[in-house]
Order: sequence, then structure tokens, then C-alpha cells
Amino acid sequence: MNNIWLILIATILVNNFVFSYFLGICPFLGVSGKASSAIGMGFAATFVMTMTAFVTWLINRYILIPYNLEFLETVSFILVIASLVQFVEMFLKKVIPSLYKALGIFLPLITTNCIVLGLALLGSMRNYNLLENVVFGFGAGIGFTLALTIMAGIREEIEFADVPEPLKGGGITLIIAGLLALAFMGFSGMLGGG
Amino acid sequence: MSVTIISLLTMGGIGLLFAIVLLLAYKKLAVEEDPRIKEIESLLPGANCGACGYPGCAAYAEAIVLEGVPFDKCAPGGAEVVEKIAKVLGVEGVEVGERKVAQVMCQGTDEAALDRAIYHGINSCRAAHFTLGGDKECYWGCLGFGDCVLACPFDAIHMTDKGIPLVDRDKCTGCGLCVEACPRDIIELVPISQKVFVLCKNEDRGANARKYCDYACIACRLCVRNAPQGSMEMRNNLAIILDHRQVDGEAEKVIAKCPTKSILKLVDDDGEFHLPPSLEGAKIVPTLKR
Repeated sequence: MNNIWLILIATILVNNFVFSYFLGICPFLGVSGKASSAIGMGFAATFVMTMTAFVTWLINRYILIPYNLEFLETVSFILVIASLVQFVEMFLKKVIPSLYKALGIFLPLITTNCIVLGLALLGSMRNYNLLENVVFGFGAGIGFTLALTIMAGIREEIEFADVPEPLKGGGITLIIAGLLALAFMGFSGMLGGG
Repeated sequence: MSVTIISLLTMGGIGLLFAIVLLLAYKKLAVEEDPRIKEIESLLPGANCGACGYPGCAAYAEAIVLEGVPFDKCAPGGAEVVEKIAKVLGVEGVEVGERKVAQVMCQGTDEAALDRAIYHGINSCRAAHFTLGGDKECYWGCLGFGDCVLACPFDAIHMTDKGIPLVDRDKCTGCGLCVEACPRDIIELVPISQKVFVLCKNEDRGANARKYCDYACIACRLCVRNAPQGSMEMRNNLAIILDHRQVDGEAEKVIAKCPTKSILKLVDDDGEFHLPPSLEGAKIVPTLKR
């Protein structure tokens, strides 16, 4: 049980996928304009990542490893991710159309987002058991949501700030992202040299 | 060999499994959509240029059907598409505005306009413009790096060897992307029938302007004086056409006295477009000539 908590805290804070692995930067910069859509995107990604962690572990353990097909890892994981994203897209379109609209192109882009594939590949590398892997995926998703929400909160404030002309838009956003990543470095070492 | 077969079988199997799951989900989660949206989307040009103010043709089609947005905003589609959409929506008697095309309002070719520096920066008008206003002495003139050429999704504007871009009026759809791309607001959308243009944006005093450009408007007011009352005016040392129909009517008289040939009749009475003298014999060259 202790291990589970360790993985959860590690993926959310210490090894935050956005701030320490620099995965999922595209939606991190793209959807973080408004807090409401940032949270929506975060939870959509969290769902996809948790499910991905679950399904890819099963595929890896019961199909790829027994038949020595590890070289198919990337292809089969992408297949899983693409299907899951398609499913989430249909689900959101039906149930929460407003969120579906707000996310726009970034929803299908979760498919090609490195954060999901990165999670699946990292997970298979670390020899987690099923529960650990799912927690790993969930934590990564929550960490991503956390990063998005922090960023969206700051960017909503920045709207009212007097930003120098050349830094408006992309420039100041990247600087904020860098500072946030630096801030998250403060967590490293929290879990025994993490 | 066996590895190949096993790989094929497993990947095929996984794929098939997900396909079935998705198919079931699709049946369960299908959303009823107005069929007219798809129909209108197929009528729109599909260039996703954004001239209508929506992110793409699909978004615009949806806005037409669901929000009742006016359907005459598609510049590339023009009158033809508007008529077709009207048919789909069952609307009759739609009036369509005149077709507009882009016009480059500068004659500062490499021969005519002086440079004040050599620019070694990024090959883009925008970058040059922000680097102390670029290499041209004229702060209002065309920089000639072809940001507009790159912005055009219809291959309708090209760079010439004289350093000023040229619009292909047959291909131009009036989407306005080049207008936005130009950091100096030199390109304007003009009605296709407009005949007389002031091909200059220079707001400097005449005595200065004529020093660095052969075709600069020197604010002598001769055209304004000869144009019908109220159809033209001087604004910041630059002649502005307010009512092109009145000016076109008196075209010969208005342009005759211009000492720098910055006001010109480019479209003749048969509607044929002629190049300004500054661009005569210009050849089309690749965008980044410098």
C-alpha cells in the first residue's frame, strides 16, 4: 500500500510529466487559456491515461511478452490510445457538448500526444503490477491536470497584466512554463533522492 | 516466419476488438446532427482560410445552420457558393456583394525606392519591420520578403523580381489573409470594378517622400482638386479615395496631373487590369529572393 502512495505522489509532484519529463507540452500551452476548459482537458486526458495504463498493461503482459512481440509495443499502444481517444470523443460529444466544443482540435490530438504514449512506454519499462501501473497512469493524468490548471490560473491573471509588447502571447507563456518547471524542481529529493 | 504471422494475428485481433468496441459505442453514443451541416460543408471551398471569421469551413457550416449566421461570408466561394447554400437552406432572392480582390498599394520597387540599410535578419517582412523598420528608407513601403505570398492559400499573389508582389486577380478570392500578413497594411481588398488607385501609403511630407521614392504621393493635392467634390481627401499627407465610383467616372482628369504617377487607372473601361508602369516587364520569382 505504501508503494501505491509513493507512485501517486511521485507522478503528481516529483516526476510531474509536464514539468520534469516535458511531455504533453502541446495541450499544456494550447488549452491552458481558460481554467474551465483546462480542467475538462485534464480530466479527459486523465481518463484516457488511466484506461491506457490498464489496457496496455494487459496487452503487454498477456500478449506481447509471452509471444516475444515486445517490438510491437509502440504500435499496439498507439492503437489502444487512438481507440480510447475516439471513445472519449464520442462520449463527450454526446454527454458534454459544450466541453467537446471548448476542447476542439486538442481532444483528437490527445491521440498523438506524447504524454499518453510516454506513460504507456515508461510503465512497461518499470515492471509495475497492474494496480501500480493504473495508479501510475492516474497520477500522471492528475499531474497533467494540475499543471494545466496552474498554468490556466496564471494565464487568466496575466490577461490583466501589463506585459511588454514583444512578450505578449507565446513569449510570456513559455517563460511562465519555465518558471513553473523550476518551481517543481523543488520537489525533487522529497522522496529520497527521487 | 511464425513471428510475422503471430504479429499479424495479434495486431489484427487487437484492432478488430477495438473496432467492435468502438462500433458499439458509436451506436450507443450517436449524436443526431442536422444533415444540412454536412451538405453546406461540402459546398464550401474547403480551404479553411478563416475569412468568414470561423476556424474552418466545417465550423462555419455549423454556425450557418445552428446559429443562423449570415451565409454570405465565404469570400473564396463568392456568389456561386452563396446561391448554392441558399438553395440548401431554402432561402430565395439573395443579394451578393461585389467580388473583392487584393491590391498591393505600393510601387516602391527596388529601382524606384531607396534603401537606407542592408538587412541581414530573418527573411520575413514582419521581422524586418520590427527591426528598426526594415531596410527601406520609406517607412510605409513594401519590404518585399513576401509574407503575403506565403500567407496565400490560393497561390494568387506572387513576388516579382522588382521587389513588389503582384496579385493574380483571376485566382484571388478576397479572403484577406495577405492583408493580415502584411505588417505595413499595404495590401487592401478592393472591389473588382474599381479603376483608380492611389498606389502609395507614404505619410511623410512631400519634400521628404520624393527624395527616396519615385512613385511616392507627395501630397500636392492635384488629384483631390480635380476629383468630384467629396470623393477624395488628403489624410496625413496621403491622397485617399473615399468614393471610387465618382473618382472612376472622372478617372482621366484625376490622374492626369499627378507629378509622381502614384495615382493610376489600373483597370480600363473594359474591366481589363493593367500593370502599373513601375511593374512593367516584372517577372515572377520565388518568395525569398533576398
